[in-house]
Amino acid sequence: MATEASSCARSGCGRFRIAHANLFLSPDNAAATDMPGSTISEKILARASGMAEVKTGDVVTARVGLATAHDACAKVLGPFERMGAARVWDPEKIAISLDHWAPATTGAAASLHAKTRRFVKEQGIRHFYDLGRGGVCHQVVMEEGLARPGLLILGTDSHTTTLGAAGAFAAGIGVTEMAAVFATGRIWLKVPPTVRITLSGKPDKFICAKDYILHIIGKLGRDSAAYKAVEFCGPAVDALGLSQRMTLCNMSAEMGAKAGIVAGKGKGAPASDDDARFESVNDFNIGGLTPQVACPPSLENVQPASTVARKRIPVDQAFIGSCTNGRLEDLQAAESILRGEKIHPRTRLLVSPASQRVYRQALKAGIISSLAESGAAVLGPGCAACFGGHVGILAPREVCVSTGNRNFTGRMGDASSRVYLASPAVAAASALYGEITSPEDI
Amino acid sequence: MKTKYRGTAIALGDHVDTDTILPGKYLATMDPAILAAHCLEPIRGRLPPLSKNTVIVAGRNFGCGSSREGAPVSILGNGMKIVIAESFARIFYRNAVNIGLLPIECSGIRRAAKNGDMVETDLAALNLTVNGKRSFPLLPPPPHIQRIISAGGLVPLVKKELLAASRVSRSGRAKRNKPQKHNSGQKVGGARP
Repeated sequence: MATEASSCARSGCGRFRIAHANLFLSPDNAAATDMPGSTISEKILARASGMAEVKTGDVVTARVGLATAHDACAKVLGPFERMGAARVWDPEKIAISLDHWAPATTGAAASLHAKTRRFVKEQGIRHFYDLGRGGVCHQVVMEEGLARPGLLILGTDSHTTTLGAAGAFAAGIGVTEMAAVFATGRIWLKVPPTVRITLSGKPDKFICAKDYILHIIGKLGRDSAAYKAVEFCGPAVDALGLSQRMTLCNMSAEMGAKAGIVAGKGKGAPASDDDARFESVNDFNIGGLTPQVACPPSLENVQPASTVARKRIPVDQAFIGSCTNGRLEDLQAAESILRGEKIHPRTRLLVSPASQRVYRQALKAGIISSLAESGAAVLGPGCAACFGGHVGILAPREVCVSTGNRNFTGRMGDASSRVYLASPAVAAASALYGEITSPEDI
Repeated sequence: MKTKYRGTAIALGDHVDTDTILPGKYLATMDPAILAAHCLEPIRGRLPPLSKNTVIVAGRNFGCGSSREGAPVSILGNGMKIVIAESFARIFYRNAVNIGLLPIECSGIRRAAKNGDMVETDLAALNLTVNGKRSFPLLPPPPHIQRIISAGGLVPLVKKELLAASRVSRSGRAKRNKPQKHNSGQKVGGARP
């Protein structure tokens, strides 16, 4: 298996090179030009590192186009200070939105937020989105137009891959690494091989990008894209709007991907050359695909929703929201199933729009009032119940159908609770019947 | 630099995720002692006690999931300086190197080591043994990773580079980037340069 550490050694270091003597403060090189035979990732990383061309396996020092952070920003500050840094490299290239503990529910979270607010003020960071003005960082960054085709983006969240939907190369990193980015504007990256996923066919009713990606992960595996970039293309991807593309790129992280990318639209948006080298090309026809469910505790346990439904699994909580499925069309899909109906008495339904903008749009469209009429508890924008540290925590042995991205042991609460991942349509249908239900069976 | 490590194995399977290593409810804290206390909490009842005399030996894709640096911090906080796996998830791998927890890839280790087995790692000889018998070759980290390891983590490395840059650019005004007293990077062993 190729990893950051080993593949160079295993490939005999033939293609290994360090672009600059100094890892973080390298001099600028001449402007890059796109060479034939490159993938999107190779093109973006070549441009960011000032090289004419880079190839899979190269280690480059790249200039960061945009750094994104959420509540973890406060944890960046310790290592940032210890590095002896005083100012961020470019306050215009940093975007921060508080999303995990929005609003703060503990003293520790409140303190993280207070530190972030102070830092943002001191450093003159304009792209800061506080409670009531932001939401899930990836959603907000996209809405604000900060994620652009060809940009190199690093974020403190593992689902920063979501921003690849704009044609950017976007990867998650930890807080110490982000401190180095804040201080220097640079990062070392190994140019990843690309796994190409081609989607064709026309989706049936109730099928959305969440079903595509769950199906893909179930087939290819949880580390099938480890240390690699995933490029989504093909007619069924072309047919998707931005919000569905974001869902695909978002969950490429669950295949271990460094970045998930859909080629951007418009002039100058990099696309893979026809003769680019891909590590593998995987074709999926989504015609005839039925709603999918990833059963706990692994993203690889993917089954058709109708198969899982036969087990008559009672649902304590349904959650619709997160960076994966908290956008307007997700809320619409759920609302269209629940409209005029009441959810099952044994089930509680939590709905969290991904951002303030989504929230306002959903209010205007009457979606929020309709969901509330059905018995949904509508929460403010943020990560909400997805990560098990803020709201909607599961009690021992409880079952949740979630539109989030992880179904790991204890992900949303007690270690004995269970999370089934699915689309908003499946979550809504399950809330309606109080057990895991496929919308096809309504 | 320390090159030899020994510990009794805490044997784990494939795809040990970051929610298992450190549940999301502890994310708001930055106190390493608290993080250490909750390391591997969802499965800790099934494991031998964690200490500086133990070593995690896992399967494929160790540390998959979240970008939370608290995951490697919680392992380091229990006194373990290295973690061994068939392979690591990428953010976990970078986080570990950056904070001075040495991630060691070892092919074939998952089936070879059970709970309580004595695992000895020699990074100079690039060799790992289980119970003094079965031996596994190790690969040295590539130069760019070795640089970070040798510096004692990313904080001391960037600090050195910032300092050098400020000396070069404005020798008279290097004050801003003077090293501060607080030093984080813990010294870790590394493979040979």
